[in-house]
Amino acid sequence: MSVVSLVLPRLVDVSAASRRSASVTERNVAALRSVYWLLLVSGFVEPLLYLLSIGVGVGALIGDIPVPGGEVVTYAAFVAPAMLASSAMSGALSETTFNFFGKIKYMKLYDGVIATPVRPFEIALGELAWAMLRGSTYSAAFLAVMVLMDLTTTARALVAFPAAVLVGFAFGALGMATATFMRSWQDFDLMGSAQFTLFLFSGTFVPAESYPTVLRWLVEVTPLYRAVHLIRGISVGVDGWAWVLDVLYLLAALGLGLLIASRRMGGLLYK
Amino acid sequence: MTTAQPLIQARGLVKRFGDFTAVDGIDVEVRSGEAFGFLGPNGAGKSSTMRMVGCISPPTAGELRILGMDPVRDGPAIRARLGVCPQLDNLDPELTVRENLTTYARYFGIPRRVARARAAELLDFVQLTERADSRVDPLSGGMKRRLTIARALVNEPEIVLLDEPTTGLDPQARHLVWERLFRLKQQGVTLVLTTHYMDEAEQLCDRLVVMDGGRIVAEGSPRALIQRHSTREVVELRFAAESQEPFAGKLDGLGERVEVLPDRILLYVHDGDAAVAEVGALGLTPANVLVRRSSLEDVFLHLTGRTLVD
Repeated sequence: MSVVSLVLPRLVDVSAASRRSASVTERNVAALRSVYWLLLVSGFVEPLLYLLSIGVGVGALIGDIPVPGGEVVTYAAFVAPAMLASSAMSGALSETTFNFFGKIKYMKLYDGVIATPVRPFEIALGELAWAMLRGSTYSAAFLAVMVLMDLTTTARALVAFPAAVLVGFAFGALGMATATFMRSWQDFDLMGSAQFTLFLFSGTFVPAESYPTVLRWLVEVTPLYRAVHLIRGISVGVDGWAWVLDVLYLLAALGLGLLIASRRMGGLLYK
Repeated sequence: MTTAQPLIQARGLVKRFGDFTAVDGIDVEVRSGEAFGFLGPNGAGKSSTMRMVGCISPPTAGELRILGMDPVRDGPAIRARLGVCPQLDNLDPELTVRENLTTYARYFGIPRRVARARAAELLDFVQLTERADSRVDPLSGGMKRRLTIARALVNEPEIVLLDEPTTGLDPQARHLVWERLFRLKQQGVTLVLTTHYMDEAEQLCDRLVVMDGGRIVAEGSPRALIQRHSTREVVELRFAAESQEPFAGKLDGLGERVEVLPDRILLYVHDGDAAVAEVGALGLTPANVLVRRSSLEDVFLHLTGRTLVD
C-alpha cells in the first residue's frame, strides 16, 4: 500500500509529463510548412558536399590512413563518420539554438504554453524530441549514402544510427541551454565560430593523435570529438572500451543541457 | 451562487521585481460564479496580480490559494482548470486559427477528436468560423482578441482570467466580447478581469477592487463603490472663458465637492437639477450644462487621481 501510494503518483506524473512534452513536439509537426522542407534538405546536402570534396577529393591525394584499432582505411571512410557526427550536431543545433531562441524571444511562443499545465522542462524535452526528429532524418540519410559508397557495412550503419541519435540529443540539449543565454541574434555569430572550430579540429579531418599532447587533450574533451570517436569506432572498427566513455559523456551532456535549459527557461518565463 | 470555499484567496500578497514593488500586500477573495474585477491605472499591479493567480509568477510574499491549492507546488493541476487571456495576445503565428485552438487543447491533454470538436464550437462562439484556416497574422486586433478568448476556453475552465480583454478594440468588437463574457458568466464560469474601462467594470463585474500603486484602495460592487466614493449625480459646467478657475470660487459650498478641470467644472451633488438652479440663482451663466449620474469613472478618478501614470 505504502509503496503503491509512493510510486503510483510518480508514475502518473511521469506519464503526464511525457504526454505534455509530446504535445510540444506535436505543435511543431502542425507548424511544419512546405518551405521548411527546403531547410531540411540543406542540412543533409552540406555534410555530403564535405564528404565528396574533402573525403573523396582530398582523400585521393592522401591515400589510406591507420585508425586506432590498427586497421587501415581509406581517407573517405575516415572522414565519413566525422561528417555524420557533425551533421547530427548541426542539425540538432540549428533547431535548438536559432529556432528555439526565436520562439522564446521573438515569437513569445512559450508565454502562451506556460499558462497550460505544460512546464518548462517538458517544453525543453518536447522541443528536443522535435529537433531529434530532424537530426535523425539527416543521420539516416547520410548513413545510407555511406553504405552505398561502401564506406561502412549495413550492420555497422544500423548500430551507428542510434549512436548518431544520441549525438544529436546531446548537442540539442547543449544548444538549448546555450540559447537561453543568448541576448540577440549577434550572439549567434559567436556560436557559429565555436561550432566551426569544433567541426575543423575534433578529429574530423585529421586524427587527434597527430596533434601536440596538450592540444590533443583539449580536443579530446570537446563534445564533437567524443561524438566522432564514438561513431568512427562503430563504422570502421571499435577501439576497445573507449566507446563507453563516449556514451557516458554524451548522456551527461544531454542531462546537463536539459537541466540548465529548463532551469533558465523557468527563470525567463515565470517572472 | 456562492460556496463557502473561495476559489481564489490572497492574503498579504506581494510581488517585487528587484527594488520595485508591483503588488504591495493585497487581500482578495473571489467566490465561485462571480465576475470579479481589478480596476486601476497602468502600473497599479493588476497584471502582476493576474500572473500570480495564473500560476506563472511566483509570489514574493503572502499567501495565495487557488482552487484550494498552492500555485507554486500545484501549478500544473491549477492551470489545468484555468483559462487565461493575457494582456498581449500570444497566439502561435506559425499556426492557423483553428490549429491555435486544437494545439492549445493538446497542451491540456485533451484528445484530438474532442479538441477538433471543441475548436469548431469555440470558433462559432467567437464568430471566427469563416477565418478558421487563415493564419493569425492577417487577423484584425479584435479577431485576435476573440481567438485568444476562445483559446482560454478550450479546456472548459472553472475560472477565466482576462487581462484587459477589450483594450484596443473598436466598439463593435468590444460589445461582442462583452456579450460572450456575459454568456460565460451565465453558464456559471467564474470570471476575473482587469480593466481600466469603467463601463466594462460596471457592465460585467459583480464585485471589484480598485488598485493603485500596488495596493487596494477600495472594494465592493460597482453600485456600492459609487455610493461610497461619489455622489448620486454630477453636474458638468463649461464656462465660455479662458480659465474656469474664477468661477469655481463662486461655486464653493455647492454640493459635496467641486472639481476644477482645465475645460470644465464638476459639481458632485445629490440632486443635479437643484444644483443647476442654484448656479442660476448665483447669477452664473455657463455656456454648457450637463447633469449626469455618477459613474465608476468618477470613483476611479477620485481614488486614483487625475495625474497621468504610465
